[in-house]
Amino acid sequence: MTKIVTNNLNLWYGAFQALKNINLDIEVNRITAIIGPSGCGKSTLLRVFNRMNDLIDGVRTDGEVLIDGSNILDSHADLVVLRKKVGMVFQRPNPFPLSIYENIVFGEKIHADDNTRDKLDEIVERSLMDVLLWDELKDRLNEPALRLSLEQKQRLCIARLIAVKPDVLLMDEPCSTLDPQATARVEELMRELKARYTIIIVTHNMQQAARVSDDTGFMLLGELVEYGKTEQIFTAPRDKRTEDYITGRYG
Amino acid sequence: MERHLDQELKELNKDILKMGAYTEEAIFKSVEALKNRDKELAKNVIDSDNNIDKLELAVDEKCIDLIARYQPMAKDLRLITTGMKINAELERIADIAVDIAQRTLEIVDKPLLKPLVDIPKLSAVAQSMVKLAIDSFVRGDIGLAKKVLLSDPEADNLRNSIQKELVEDYMLKDASTVSRAVQLLLIARFLERICDHTTNIAEDVIYMVQAEVVRHHPEKLK
Repeated sequence: MTKIVTNNLNLWYGAFQALKNINLDIEVNRITAIIGPSGCGKSTLLRVFNRMNDLIDGVRTDGEVLIDGSNILDSHADLVVLRKKVGMVFQRPNPFPLSIYENIVFGEKIHADDNTRDKLDEIVERSLMDVLLWDELKDRLNEPALRLSLEQKQRLCIARLIAVKPDVLLMDEPCSTLDPQATARVEELMRELKARYTIIIVTHNMQQAARVSDDTGFMLLGELVEYGKTEQIFTAPRDKRTEDYITGRYG
Repeated sequence: MERHLDQELKELNKDILKMGAYTEEAIFKSVEALKNRDKELAKNVIDSDNNIDKLELAVDEKCIDLIARYQPMAKDLRLITTGMKINAELERIADIAVDIAQRTLEIVDKPLLKPLVDIPKLSAVAQSMVKLAIDSFVRGDIGLAKKVLLSDPEADNLRNSIQKELVEDYMLKDASTVSRAVQLLLIARFLERICDHTTNIAEDVIYMVQAEVVRHHPEKLK
């Protein structure tokens, strides 16, 4: 089932066109990787899906981005609802300077007024279990989140997203600051989470895209050059530019 | 921009080319030994197989090493995995040359059953198919790979006519010829098996070049 559809999506930063006529269908409960060299537009595309680019001056977008059939680029789209539905994990984990517990319930406190302590406790437990941190942290919930290891912080940020029950998780280089073991554990977590979410990951690490994703899109100079099943892209790409990039001949 | 991997892949190509040359030589010598009733040459084929086995292991190791160190993708990945499969096919072909040499040693001291005509012809077809198959790999040339596939019926026909002649003209007519005729039948069968291995190589080359699996899909070759 298709979760996200982009139709003739274009985006400009002032006079510079960062996305050129992107047409893409993203399936539900799959991991979609977007790869490409620096400046190709992959992070810009990711940020379109929860309209993070709106925060940048001079951005102009046209075309359509349908999530569950509604165009999120519509001027009437409710951004609070959109960002609850489409959460983002960043390159460097960015927990708030609050306790572990308060980090996780932060979103819920904004989105709902009827929060009882029991409900919040349940959210914390469920979210930490989902990211496999509950056993490690259940006795340290009041400690500052900033004391956690990098990997724990990144998992906590994922737990913080999950707490508000999103449908789509956007991940922008989520493992680039992690060591190989922590990376492997986060990738394992992604595989577990895809049963319940639609995950889109932007990564420079092609081996990671090949390992973790079901579908892969290759972008170059703002264009989506090729999009297909990950095994096809990495064993038999159809476009020479994709072939050159993934075999290290690009440039 | 030439990558370090390109250099390594050239080396791999050279090693597989060498493996192909050794294998061709083994087939040639095994049939020469049969034609000329040359025991020493037959023994030489058997003894030389060790070198082919060693080279097979070295090529395999090199491929595994390249995969581990470079994590190749796309056509690099297809070239290395195809290289591994071709390497195994060549080693198997060389083993069949040893089988031919062993059958030759069985009959070399017995009277010649008949002048050998079709077996050398089948051997020439097999050698030429091995050569074409290796060339198609080294050059990444699908046209050559298809030529290999087109040659296979010729090998099958030769094998069938050898079989028919040996059974009908010798074995059924004179039981004393059976033990010698069986060895020749086996040799014809071995040569035809060599041709089958070369068609596997050709199919692998087509996959390597155009990422299309034609193995078990003859309709895709039309």
